[in-house]
Amino acid sequence: MEKLINDFSFGLFFWQILIFVGLLLLLRKFAWKPILEAVNNREEGIKNALESAEEARKEMQNLQADNERILNEARAERDGMLKEAKQLKENMIADAKSEAQAEADKIVAQAQATIANEKKAAIAELKNQVAGLSVEIAEKVVKKELSGKGKQLELVESMLEDVTLN
Amino acid sequence: MHRNLGTEILRVMQKRTIVKILLIFSLVFMTGNLFAKESEKKENEGEGGVKERIKEFIDHHLQDSYDFTLFSDEEANKHYGFPLPVILWDNGLKAFSSSKFHHGETVAEVDGNYYKLYHSKIYKTDASGTINYDEDHHATNAKPLDFSITKNVVSMLLISLLMFFMFRSLAKSYKKNNGIPTGVGRFLEPLVLFIRDDIAIPNIGEHKYKKYMSFLLTVFFFIWFLNLLGMTPLGVNVTGNIAVTFALALIVFLITNLTANKNYWGHIFWMPGVPTFMKVVLAPIELLGVFIKPFSLMIRLYANMTAGHVVLMSIIGMIFLFKNWIGGPLSFGLAFALSILELLVAALQAYIFTMLSALYFGMANEEAHH
Repeated sequence: MEKLINDFSFGLFFWQILIFVGLLLLLRKFAWKPILEAVNNREEGIKNALESAEEARKEMQNLQADNERILNEARAERDGMLKEAKQLKENMIADAKSEAQAEADKIVAQAQATIANEKKAAIAELKNQVAGLSVEIAEKVVKKELSGKGKQLELVESMLEDVTLN
Repeated sequence: MHRNLGTEILRVMQKRTIVKILLIFSLVFMTGNLFAKESEKKENEGEGGVKERIKEFIDHHLQDSYDFTLFSDEEANKHYGFPLPVILWDNGLKAFSSSKFHHGETVAEVDGNYYKLYHSKIYKTDASGTINYDEDHHATNAKPLDFSITKNVVSMLLISLLMFFMFRSLAKSYKKNNGIPTGVGRFLEPLVLFIRDDIAIPNIGEHKYKKYMSFLLTVFFFIWFLNLLGMTPLGVNVTGNIAVTFALALIVFLITNLTANKNYWGHIFWMPGVPTFMKVVLAPIELLGVFIKPFSLMIRLYANMTAGHVVLMSIIGMIFLFKNWIGGPLSFGLAFALSILELLVAALQAYIFTMLSALYFGMANEEAHH
């Protein structure tokens, strides 16, 4: 202990305090604060980056799930649309068929009616013509038959006979 | 022991053999004495002088010095190195170069005052350099207040400069390199983080460690680098100097007690949870502990570094004592192994000092948890 006290140098103690405190203050301002801040910032950065990566991963998963869902929906929609279109096509074909049938029937009926009318008209005209021709023929026949007085008398007599007979 | 053994043997042995044994014993003892006398003679002539010189050299090395001697040629009495400024306060500031002492051989005269270097200390004396002694052979001359820039002060300044530039460059490299250190910073950064994560945070706590970080980092690297500098052949022994460790311990003491909270003082003067009588008994013990803690820091660092230097230098000195083909390499091997151990001790002591400082700061900041 005596040796320790004897060895103690106040000057060295004084300089040690001065140098150490000076060094401490200088390093605090110019080294420790910036170093610890930089390290802290970096650690925060790493932490944040990890967190955001995790978030991105989750988002990605969500997105994938969304995509899957959307794809499924789209697929279902497509199937539905295809089905509908098929139905529509079938309906259209059926409609067209029935419409065409109806039209054809209508045309046929019309044609038949026209034919019938034409036929009637033709028959009527034919009848008229036949009647006219008959009258003409009859006239000519009559004229020829009754060209002499005797023949006219004969006819009257035959006619009278018929009447009396009746 | 020998006599007991001898009587035991005597009881068993026959009378005829006794004579033979005595003869052998006397022969062995005689030759032994002869050898002993011879070696004593040798010691007085040569080895004793070497031993004294080695002891003196080690003593001198452990002490602070007024000049930076790199090596000396004792036979030619020449010292290679450079003198350092001596600053004294003796009724006014006196500053002069330590070369005036001529390594303690001459008296330095400044403004009509005479100073003499005696056992690595400066004493006031007269023109002829008289030193008065008391009965214990201690110098009784007046000692002026000594603020000299000694070898240790220069070493500390060098280490401080080195530390400043190293850590400044580390701090700067973060800005330059986008938060990643470059160069020597890659080695220093893990140490800084080690002190933060393994010393400061576990001992002081997550919330309060920040205000102590500057001290812990500075003290760790300061002690470590000075310890390492002590390992170099420059022969400085800063951390093995009681004034230096006292200053460091005093700073720890001041920081601990100036930043202590109510709970800490409560535990010292009025220990909670014990009977009143015990509170009274515990108070002085706890109060003593406040001083013992930094005191142990001071002694631990001083003793470890001094002991390391003494042992290492003694073993190196043994090479000059043995002066043969077995002792020399043996001492060298031992010194080599011990140097490696001392490298570990250099880091370990810095770690322990920092660790215990952090522990004391942590105690001063502990919150009541009863």
